Amino acid sequence: MFTLEVNGRKIEARNGETILDVLNRAGVKVPTLCHMKELFPSGACRVCSVEVEGFNTLIPSCAYPAQEGMVIKTNSPRVIKARKTIIELLLANHVQDCLYCVRNGDCELQELAAVYGVRERRFPAEPEKRPIDVSSPSIIRDQNKCILCGKCVRTCEEIMGVSAIDFVHRGSKTIIAPAFEAKLNVSSCINCGQCVLVCPTGALRERSYLKEVTDALQNPNKFVVVQHAPAVSVTISEEFGLKPGKDVDRLLVNALRRLGFDRVFDTAFSADLTIMEEASELVERLQNGSQIPMMTSCSPGWIKYVEQFYPEFIPNISTCKSPQQMLGAVIKNIFAKEQGIAPENIFSVAIMPCTAKKFEAERPEFSANGYADIDAVLTTRELARLIRMYGIEFDSLEPQEPDSPFGTRTTAGKLFGGTGGVMEAALRTVYYMITGKEPQDLVFEEVRGLKGVREARVKIGDIELGVAVANGIKNAKALLEQIKAGRNDLHFIEVMTCPGGCIGGGGQPFNTDQNRVRARLQALYQIDQNEPLRASHQNPLVNELYEKYLERPLSHQSHKLLHTNYAERDVLV
Amino acid sequence: MQKSKKRQQIFQKVKDAKREQLIPLLQEIQETEGYISPDAVKELGQVLKIPASKIYGVATFYNQFRFKPIGKFHIQVCRGTACHVRGSANVMQTLEQEFNLKPGETTRDGLFSLEVVACLGACGLAPVVSINGEFHANMSGPKLVKLLRKLQRKETQKN
Ligand code: SF4
Ligand code: SF4
Ligand code: SF4
Ligand code: FES
Repeated sequence: MFTLEVNGRKIEARNGETILDVLNRAGVKVPTLCHMKELFPSGACRVCSVEVEGFNTLIPSCAYPAQEGMVIKTNSPRVIKARKTIIELLLANHVQDCLYCVRNGDCELQELAAVYGVRERRFPAEPEKRPIDVSSPSIIRDQNKCILCGKCVRTCEEIMGVSAIDFVHRGSKTIIAPAFEAKLNVSSCINCGQCVLVCPTGALRERSYLKEVTDALQNPNKFVVVQHAPAVSVTISEEFGLKPGKDVDRLLVNALRRLGFDRVFDTAFSADLTIMEEASELVERLQNGSQIPMMTSCSPGWIKYVEQFYPEFIPNISTCKSPQQMLGAVIKNIFAKEQGIAPENIFSVAIMPCTAKKFEAERPEFSANGYADIDAVLTTRELARLIRMYGIEFDSLEPQEPDSPFGTRTTAGKLFGGTGGVMEAALRTVYYMITGKEPQDLVFEEVRGLKGVREARVKIGDIELGVAVANGIKNAKALLEQIKAGRNDLHFIEVMTCPGGCIGGGGQPFNTDQNRVRARLQALYQIDQNEPLRASHQNPLVNELYEKYLERPLSHQSHKLLHTNYAERDVLV
Repeated sequence: MQKSKKRQQIFQKVKDAKREQLIPLLQEIQETEGYISPDAVKELGQVLKIPASKIYGVATFYNQFRFKPIGKFHIQVCRGTACHVRGSANVMQTLEQEFNLKPGETTRDGLFSLEVVACLGACGLAPVVSINGEFHANMSGPKLVKLLRKLQRKETQKN
């Protein structure tokens, strides 16, 4: 601990802190564009510059260690002018497109221009027009709005371990692109959308399906069904100004009805269904001793990652479809028949925290007889946009119950929304399947939390399972490498592509950071603590579905509807 | 594949190839194959454990690498001081206008490729252009277009 002076005020600093850390803690706001909290500073944008006595030049506060006795000015005329110039230079190379931009009103560059009073185009330049890459089913890249902060590149490399994109060319020709400036859809991009989440501008955005959805809602011949993922009800409230970690499940149901959806279902129902299948699959694999460790299959970014980087592990991936696709298949194949609606007249929408779910919904594996199981996927952000567009005031909504039969869930299914949740849900049911009893303690503390990899040894009857949970693909990669090198004490591995799992997904509200993710995770744990039905095999409607149609987990019918296979994928990696 | 075999030989030369060898390896691949192909990047990436996007990013940082096979006629335009003063910029501009040919690229028909070189060492002939190693002195935009059109005609007649 030592002190330094900021704008004439004495402030305590800790060893190892950067100037920016100290300022943030002291409530002094300094703008940043390229800074990423968890990663090593890159010092690319300089907009965080401050004046430090004794230094000739301004100092980028995000990259410079705080030192005893420093005298810092964060808003001297010199600092303000420098920042403003930086912003003006960035704007010189930027399309003037705010009115038509997805980030209008929610853009870090726009906000800085407003805060620093940029009122004219001081450096008029005709920036070279670059084509927008619309090739990907998940992500749209518009280099005309890129300020080269590098956050997407760093996220893709340092957090996801994918490196689908990088800086290409140099000087004024520099852009961000995949190898050979190929389109994103043929690159190694796994569609996770983490780059979208960190991008300070509208250069990256999700491919929006709002038009398709609103068209279907207006079409009298379409029966429009919606499901929402477990992670959506604990995050969407942030879009309406509520504090992170508030569950608005029942308000969300009401909002979806007001939007005009004919049925409102819960993906956590099919998460329970997934657990029935996946737990049975694990028990079967343990008995046969084959393709162990089994790995989860609900995260489509992870699936694509394995297909292209580690095809040798494809047999280890559970054959279960993801909850989104399971419910999609059940709706079009069972629900449709039950209701006497032709499947082609059903328009099935999924509200997901995830951009990769858009890619998943388009996979050829997930359609039958020419129509897709899921017709459109909206992210949490898109749904919030739709709610605003339809003039629905979220805070004045009354709670409502979801529709039957796919609206009932257990808290195990709800836990799918966060890292470790699939594991915990699976363990509860595997325990029951093997021993015929409920586990004494339903909470498996070791697999909870946000650490990159968490492991546990779990005793079930007379077997001991080695389990591991990874979030953020880079962490999963480390596990795969260990197994490749001969590690053999693991039986079951859960992988969620995004840091924190779906609650930190690429389709979630902007400004997602570790604190918010932690609050969202707590909300899920709270739900689990408060409700009586806490294990998937207790879901009465899942059991009914088996009795009426599917017979039992892994039955012939289940296999047809709820399982799939993956294959190696050739991309430039 | 023949190419791939040659490449393996290149890779083998560097035992425990490391990232530092990226540039020399790229240079060698370009020398033997004429350009850096996606295939080559993929294989190089596997050897060095570097993602393709990184290799491409590094390679495009330097002007010396090309990513399309060279054309039947490889055109080198000198951008040395003497040539520049005497109008080599105009030559390049014409190439772009008439053939949509930019430095480092190859025309769609695979006929012409363009490379910009620092100095061909023939300043007396400025501005100088070399086609498949043969020097053409006192070049201008229109003169080069004429020359290339002639080559083009010959080729179409051949087919
Ligand atoms: S990225 Fe931001 S500054 Fe650029 S056009 Fe969009 S809203 Fe405006
Ligand atoms: S979506 Fe994910 S994998 Fe694709 S470029 Fe962005 S961060 Fe990388
Ligand atoms: S695309 Fe966005 S995140 Fe990536 S460098 Fe450009 S502005 Fe930064
Ligand atoms: S935020 Fe500090 S240099 Fe960009």
